[in-house]
Amino acid sequence: MSITIENLNKRFGDHIALNNINLEVKSGELLALLGPSGCGKTSLLRIIGGLDVADSGSLLFHGENVVERDARERNVGFVFQHYALFRHMTVFENVAFGLRVKPKRERHTEAEIRRRVTHLLELVQLDWIADRYPSQLSGGQRQRIALARALAVEPRILLLDEPFGALDAKVRKELRRWLRHLHDELHITSIFVTHDQEEALEVADRVVVMNQGKIEQVGTPDEVYATPATPFVYQFIGNVNLFHSRIHSAWTQQHGDAVAYVRPHDIDISHTQQDPASLAGEIRLVRAIGAVVRAEVAVAGSDELVEIELSRERFEAQPLVNGDQVFIRPRQVRVFDESVKGSL
Amino acid sequence: MAQFKAHSVLPGFNLALGYTLLYLSLIVLVPLSALFFKTAALGWAGFYDIASSDRVLAALRVTFVTSFAAAVTNAVFGLVVAWVLVRYRFPGKKLVDAFVDLPFALPTAVAGITLATLYAPNGWLGQYFAAHDIKVAYTPLGIVVALTFIGLPFVVRTVQPVLADVEAEVEEAAASLGAGRWDVFRRIIFPAIYPALLTGFALAFARAIGEYGSVIFIAGNMPYISEIAPLLIVAKLEQYDYAGATAIAVLMLLISFALLLGINALQWWSSRKGAR
Amino acid sequence: MSAQALQRKIATHESRGVTLALILLALTYLILFLGVPLYAVFYQAFSKGWALYWEALKEPDALSAVKLTVIAAAISVPANVVFGVAAAWAIAKFEFKGKSLLITLIDLPFAVSPVVSGLIYVLLFGAQGWFGPWLQAHDIKLIFAVPGIVLATIFVTFPFIARELIPLMQAQGKEEEEAAVSLGASGWQTFWRVTLPNIKWGLLYGVILCNARAMGEFGAVSVVSGHIRGLTNTMPLHVEILYNEYNFVAAFAVASLLALLALVTLGVKSLIEWQARRSGEPLHGTH
Repeated sequence: MSITIENLNKRFGDHIALNNINLEVKSGELLALLGPSGCGKTSLLRIIGGLDVADSGSLLFHGENVVERDARERNVGFVFQHYALFRHMTVFENVAFGLRVKPKRERHTEAEIRRRVTHLLELVQLDWIADRYPSQLSGGQRQRIALARALAVEPRILLLDEPFGALDAKVRKELRRWLRHLHDELHITSIFVTHDQEEALEVADRVVVMNQGKIEQVGTPDEVYATPATPFVYQFIGNVNLFHSRIHSAWTQQHGDAVAYVRPHDIDISHTQQDPASLAGEIRLVRAIGAVVRAEVAVAGSDELVEIELSRERFEAQPLVNGDQVFIRPRQVRVFDESVKGSL
Repeated sequence: MAQFKAHSVLPGFNLALGYTLLYLSLIVLVPLSALFFKTAALGWAGFYDIASSDRVLAALRVTFVTSFAAAVTNAVFGLVVAWVLVRYRFPGKKLVDAFVDLPFALPTAVAGITLATLYAPNGWLGQYFAAHDIKVAYTPLGIVVALTFIGLPFVVRTVQPVLADVEAEVEEAAASLGAGRWDVFRRIIFPAIYPALLTGFALAFARAIGEYGSVIFIAGNMPYISEIAPLLIVAKLEQYDYAGATAIAVLMLLISFALLLGINALQWWSSRKGAR
Repeated sequence: MSAQALQRKIATHESRGVTLALILLALTYLILFLGVPLYAVFYQAFSKGWALYWEALKEPDALSAVKLTVIAAAISVPANVVFGVAAAWAIAKFEFKGKSLLITLIDLPFAVSPVVSGLIYVLLFGAQGWFGPWLQAHDIKLIFAVPGIVLATIFVTFPFIARELIPLMQAQGKEEEEAAVSLGASGWQTFWRVTLPNIKWGLLYGVILCNARAMGEFGAVSVVSGHIRGLTNTMPLHVEILYNEYNFVAAFAVASLLALLALVTLGVKSLIEWQARRSGEPLHGTH
């Protein structure tokens, strides 16, 4: 089931939550809505799910306008940020809920409902806690039950609001991988909202980066990381060093107010000057973090600190020590006008 | 244009709100407005004549003085009870805790006749006072006793949860900085529970002002001395003086509303204090 | 150092003497103001023996007072349950303008003296009231009759259930209901299967308190009742009449029934609080 969003607008009082959103979600893909809090990503998800209504614009499921259809009729599975499990029902009854509230003529037999719920609980690997209540589950278990519950009604679209937001780091990582596998198995069109870039880049087929109610960029994880379309995306995804043209005109290769964006791992560092355009500086801090080594270089003649990342291999070949005089030179630079500088 | 209601997928808003407003209007708003229309018919001069008559003023004075005295008593002892129930452990504590709500559950008339019997000069408790030439029943002091009974749970129940929320860590921090136990109470705990205490006091006070059933048996109901305002309304009604009864009722209602506003402001203030 | 001495050293505890004194003070206060009166009700009721007690209760006027009290509660409590649930649904699950004003208006009856609560219905439906002539012309009697008593009872117990449910449902939010709707549940299904089970203890709590007040109300009912023995006397009014006739044993006998009701109310209330805590549905506990 593909989703087409055209010229969607939504405001809450004076706050513009969504500003003319256009988006095409392909059938069967796993899409991430990524952005800082308040960027409108949850509003967009709720509008797609029918939990909120847009002020204007159209929303099409497989070419069919669903704006007028309420949440019950959209056949969308929604996984809430805090799971919204029914606290007075067992895990089994939670998952069975959607099947039990179907109109009589569409409702399955009790045996069929049991079969389906059991199957779903097996799918999320939690069939052994069917009789427990939500309050007796861990966060990760609740999350998987919420997902099973949403899948029970065989939705055409699955929407997940910050699915891993309330979990601790280790469980997050596990569940992330698990969700990706599940999606590869079911191939149901899915959209999830997150503010965590790592999560979006690791799990999604495509990433939609949003900021202040607008879409900044749509692309594969590699595209948004390697070729950010706007300064905002540059700063939001990954680390970045900023160089102002006023100071480093050689790098920005143009005059006037511009800013050069350089990833920490796109900077060469050496003890000797190999290029006239390179900057002299002094190592202030060296930290080895797992496979990478991070260094901070204070640029001579200014109070700027430049962050540099190099592989451990590279570092071991050419060790850096605090106080070393070094020269740095960017391998890859992206220049934006100062006026379009992204705001975080 | 700003909407009256934000969008929601949940159904039933119109039905629920419509029924709420209809029922509220029929049971509360329309009947209460009758009071004001009746008073308006009286005219300002007529209203003033009734409201400023000696007997009405005396009744209001009795009502307010006794209510205030009862609320102060409850503020002091209610704080002690709340403190004991939150901080200490002793056998039967759960039972005592449940028992505090008795005045909410016991019909006022039962409280009234019982207190009147107890505090009569020959009653179980009244005899001890009588021995010192103090009359409790059938005097304003008796009214204070009845109103204290009625308002007892308010302070306890408003202070209890706030007191339980005062973090032990804060007290430990204060103690580690050298504060004595009394200093900790005065400078740390009391400021935290003060708004709740005030709210409880105001609730007890407001309840006492309107109270009727528990008071009339013990008060003696002597005009100018131990006649409370609600009783005066009943007295006027029994003489078919509807205008007089209504005027006093409006007066009391306005006072109650002012108190209600004050309580709401207090709660707003204390919740803001808590949020900081 | 003994354990007791050690206890005294802990900076965040009062000394043993202060602790003991405060507990004694609190208990004395409660016994004096609550315990002694409660004991006195039953003592007085049985002071002349079982026979007279029983005599006072099975007397026809007493029985009809019990009946009228039950009728008044049986009408007013369900009426306020329906209202309370509707009001809480609208207020807790939706955002609309004027909400805080509405909540204040619902609280209004608590700010009105019981006597005034009765008076307003006399002004509306009494012989000289707005609708008095019309009612008389159609031979309908509301005031000094059972309907007036029921109306006054509804008024004084009006906020109980709504006040209990509104904060409870607000605290629970509406995510569970939204989840139900997104899973295809209709409005009624959502209410019966998701909302109601979540508020059942709070609702019961409100019902218990509402019932206690409905059965015990004196001032408001007294104004609209007319005190006709055997016809428009509720139990509290019957107590008053007996007391004023110096028939103390009978007065306290009927009063003991009401005191028993109060004790049962407190017991059930504690039970509900305990159950609610166990099932993780914190009550608000208003009065």
